[in-house]
This record gives sequence, structure tokens and C-alpha cells, in this order.
Amino acid sequence: MSKVVITPPGRLSLPHWQELWGAREVFLRFGQRDVLLRYRQTAVGVTWVILQPLVAAGIFSIIFGRIAGLSTDGVPYFLFSYISMLGWNLFSGVLNRAAPSLVANQALVSKVFFPRILVPASTILSVILDFVVALVLGVVLLVAFRVNPGIAALALPFWVLCTLCLSLGLGLAASAIMVRYRDVAYVLPWLVQIGLYATPVAYSLEAVPEQYRIFFDLNPMSWLLTGIRWSLLGTAPPPVWQLAGAVIVSAGALFAGLLVFQRFERSFADVI
Amino acid sequence: MAIRAAGLSKSYRIAHRAAPVTRVTEAVAQRLRHPFRRGDYEDFTALSDVSFEIPWGEAVGIVGRNGAGKSTLLKLLTRITAPTAGRIELSGRMGSLLEVGTGFHPELTGRENIFLNGALLGMRRNEIRRRFDEIVDFSGVERFLDTPVKRYSSGMYVRLAFSVAAHLDTELLAIDEVLAVGDAEFQRKSLAKMRDVANDGRTVLYVSHQMQTVESLCTSAIFLQHGTLQLQGGVSDVIERYRGSYEEYAARETQARKGLSDDVPRILEVVPTSQTFSVDDDKLVDIRIGPTDDFIGTYFVSAHLTDANGNVVGQCDSRLVGRYLDADREQRLRLSIRHLWMKPGRYSIDVFVCASGILDSWEGSATFDILPSLPYPELTSPEATGHGAVLLDFDYEVHA
Repeated sequence: MSKVVITPPGRLSLPHWQELWGAREVFLRFGQRDVLLRYRQTAVGVTWVILQPLVAAGIFSIIFGRIAGLSTDGVPYFLFSYISMLGWNLFSGVLNRAAPSLVANQALVSKVFFPRILVPASTILSVILDFVVALVLGVVLLVAFRVNPGIAALALPFWVLCTLCLSLGLGLAASAIMVRYRDVAYVLPWLVQIGLYATPVAYSLEAVPEQYRIFFDLNPMSWLLTGIRWSLLGTAPPPVWQLAGAVIVSAGALFAGLLVFQRFERSFADVI
Repeated sequence: MAIRAAGLSKSYRIAHRAAPVTRVTEAVAQRLRHPFRRGDYEDFTALSDVSFEIPWGEAVGIVGRNGAGKSTLLKLLTRITAPTAGRIELSGRMGSLLEVGTGFHPELTGRENIFLNGALLGMRRNEIRRRFDEIVDFSGVERFLDTPVKRYSSGMYVRLAFSVAAHLDTELLAIDEVLAVGDAEFQRKSLAKMRDVANDGRTVLYVSHQMQTVESLCTSAIFLQHGTLQLQGGVSDVIERYRGSYEEYAARETQARKGLSDDVPRILEVVPTSQTFSVDDDKLVDIRIGPTDDFIGTYFVSAHLTDANGNVVGQCDSRLVGRYLDADREQRLRLSIRHLWMKPGRYSIDVFVCASGILDSWEGSATFDILPSLPYPELTSPEATGHGAVLLDFDYEVHA
């Protein structure tokens, strides 16, 4: 029989991995709940997942491609922005769903014990599902536009993993901070919106004037999107320093997010 | 030993400001203005230095007045919140029935909720699968398993939620007054279930205000007062001590009231017009509240009627009858409670003076007794009135 010892928590601690593994069922059930709830009682169901990036890509094609005439490294504009939106939605989806998750589940947090980190963490399941569905359509588009990325496609899981780590790290921290400071709920969507335009989603890095280039080079999401486009569209690969940077920054963000979460976790039930 | 707690304390920080800081901007502004101040905090100790040991196979009742620390203790044992000091050793998994139905999602079906809720309560997937039929049987909702629970009646909802929780196979089980749910038949089933758990050699912790249930269910009990453990022992000893503490408390409170300042409207006197009422009398209580110059505007009054076991029978909030009172002069009120058949026994009155928050409160401000004669036309055995919190003015009409 397992013996459980409960003592006052330390100031900085990492999650209890064994406990997390024991509660994996909660993780899966939360993910399942999110997916079920989103498509139950909606008229067109899963179509929303495809419709959203399609329409966004269509609008971007008109505004940035036709009106502004921004450069896309020679890829058809529609395809370019659709693939970029896939990557961006992966990032913003995790962040937007993880951040409010604890506050939304406050009844649970204050009444039942389970590793709380599973609440924000489980949001990645529904986002990954959305990504996979949209990716299938993306592949259809690649075939239709006769674009073949070649061997680079094998690197796609790597970029996806990095994006997930980065956004989950930020999402964990945001969800924990939101328990105490509710204004995170207003600031975050606004920052994500700004991020969409500040990151080369709807245009390629080539279109950025030289004097602003440094800001774009410092944005990890711009490295990851360059990587995703390389893997799916066969555009120029990101430089090696960005590859190393992506690994370091996303692992670092996840680690920092865990620490922040743990730091706030001990007082959740008292504050919520 | 199943549970061993040593030197357990829990304190909460209470901010001494009108409103707590809930915005980042405010927090930053405050930090900039007073970079070195640690903030106006006061520690509120909910539980201090509690130690006990509970052997296997015991059903332990945890009793005490409101605010004695019962729920805090249970929250610590179930790990919902972390202790400030001390150490708990649990020799097994702890399942909790802190509030039945938390984790149920209205849009999900009964089946989906069983799996979600089971997982949350700490059951493994195989465990839930194995006990699925039993859970459904016990709840009696098999026909509606694939209907979203938002379409359930509240009775069905509670029954399903309780059955999931009742089929937890944890070695330790913590319960916070959930047996008060459902109809009589379901309550009986639930009590039997709890007894089985204890008879299996597992350990049950039961927090309750209902002394009858504690008496019938528990094999030993713990009495908490002001966050400290006063007595651990046999059920009848602990209950006697608990009832005694009620009267002690009222006497001490009356004494303490005399020294209070008058910066808020103070409840000065709460006097029932009679020490005893009949079951079907209107119950009248006179309340006197002192004037204050420091509080501007109007306030309202809320009185709670509490029975000898600590159950709140009813609440009389003056807002419901449109009474708001000026703070600048003394107020004499008469509370009349009409059309309620209260069960014979002793009742106490808790009075609260509130505006945007509670300005003054006086728990156990007065007591009165309801005489044992019943207003029913016939006399019969006591079990005819044994159930329920109040007596009802009812009749049966027989149609030919």
C-alpha cells in the first residue's frame, strides 16, 4: 500500500512526476471533455477547425497578397498563409485555452484533489487534434498546388513539439497567474492578436525592412514558423542558430512555466 | 495506523485593505509606491497544532461549531490545500466526497460523466470499467445514461454523482455532509454504503452537523474548537462536549459584547418575547441595535435560526421584506417568524448586521425552546415525526 506524506510545500519545486503519471486518466478525460463539448450542439461540427484557417488564409491573401503585395518567397500566397496559420494556431490555441482553464474549473480546484497542472496541460490535446485535422487539409492543398517539400517534411514533428513546449510553458504560467490576477484574461488575447501581426505569419521575413529585422530575428515564433514553412513548403531552412535557439527557448519556456505554476499552485484553493 | 497527523497548522493571510488586489497593475503600483513594505496582512489561523492518530477500520466523526476548523482539517487531509506547518501520513489512497457532483459537466452524458468524475476522484480506468454496472445500478438512472446530465432532475443528478463517489475503492474516505442529499430511500442506501466501507476495515472521516448521523455511523469522534483539537474519544462523550460548548459560548459572548466599540452598528440585545413557544406559535424576537456616527447610510439585518445540532433551519434577511435601517439612531426591531412549525427542541439565533459586508455579527445571541406538544390532531409513536428538519402542516384527503 502506498504511503502518502503531506508536508508544507517549499518555495520552488518541480511537479511530482509519479503522481502525474498516476493521474494520466484525468489528463485524457479532460482532453476528451474539451473535444466533445466543442463540437456537441454546433451545426457544422469539426468543419470549424478547417474553416477557421481557410478563411483567415483567404483574407490574408486579399489584404497582404493582393493589396499590400508582400513577399512570400515565391509560394502561392494562399498556400503560404494557410500553412503559416497552422503553426500560429497551434501556438495561440494552446495559450488561449490553457490560460483561462484554471479559473474556468475553479469549482474543481477548490473541491477535489488532483494534480492541478493537468487542467492547463490537457488543453493541448484538443489543440493537437485541431492541428492534425487542419494539417490533413493542408496536405491536400500542397498536392493541389503541386508543392513538394521533400525530405524536410520529416522535421515537422520537431517544430510542432517546440511550438507546443513554448506555448504550454507560457500557458501554464498565464493560467497560474490568472488565478490571482484576473486581468491576465484581458491582456493575453490582446497580446496574442498583436503577436499575429508582429510575427511573419502573413508575410515572409524577406518582406521586413532591414532596420526592423532585429525584432523579428529575436522572436522565437518567427524561427518556428520559418521551420514549419521549410518542412511543408520547401522554402529556405532557418539558420542553424535559430534551430539551436528554438530548442533552448522552448525547453526553457516550459521549465520556467512549470516553476511559476508550482510557485502559485500551493495557494490556488485559498485564492480562487 | 491509517492516518497520523502531527502538529498540523493552517493559516490564511487576510489582506487589511478594503478590497484585495486582483489586478496586476494595482499590484505593481502598490509595489512601486511602497517598495519595502510587506503589505498589511494578518494571519488568520484556521487550525493550530492539531495532532491525532486514527487506526484502521474506524469511522471517525469530526464535530465542532461553524469555523472550528472541521472543513479546513478535511481539506488538508484530502490535499485540496497545503498545511502551513506539520505533517500528515496517510497509509493509503484518500478518496473524498467533499461535495457530490463537482466535476460533473452539464453538457456531458451520464456515461461520460461517470468516467470523468471517477478519474477526478482518483479511480483508474479499469476500476471504473469494473464497477461501471454497479455504479449505474446503485444510482438507478440506467435509462438516461446517454442523455446529457443537464436534462436530469436534480434528484437523478445527485444520485448519479453520489454513486460514483460511493464506489471509490480507496482505503481512506473523507465525507463532508453529503448524506443529507436525496430522498429518504436513497439516504438509507447511502448510510448502509458508508457502514460497509468502515466494516471492510477501511477508514472513514465524516464531518457533520447532524449528531444523529454521527451517532449512528461513527465509532469514534474528534471535537474541534477554535482550530484546536479539544477531545478525541467515544462518540457519546464528544457529542456531549459539543452540545455543552454551545451554551458556554453563548454566555461568554454576551459578556464580551459589552466591551465592543461603537464604530459600526452593534447588536446590543436579542430577546425572544418568550423563552418558550408552541410548535405552531408565531415566534417573536426583539432585536436592539445601537447607533453609530462613524458609519453613514443604511444597513440591513439577517437572522439565522439554528437548531441544537447546528443546522440552520432558516434565514430571515430584512432585504426580503424591504427593511433598510438608518445607522445614526438606535433601532428596535421585532422579528416575527410566521407559519413555521418548528420541531420541539432548543434553537439559537445568529444575528448579522450587514451593508456591503458584515458589520457586526452575534452568533448564538439568544436561545428559545419549542415545547414538545404537537399540533397534530392525533398522538402516535415518536417515529412518526422522526424525519425532517421541521414539522409540516399537512393533510391526506381520501378519494372514494
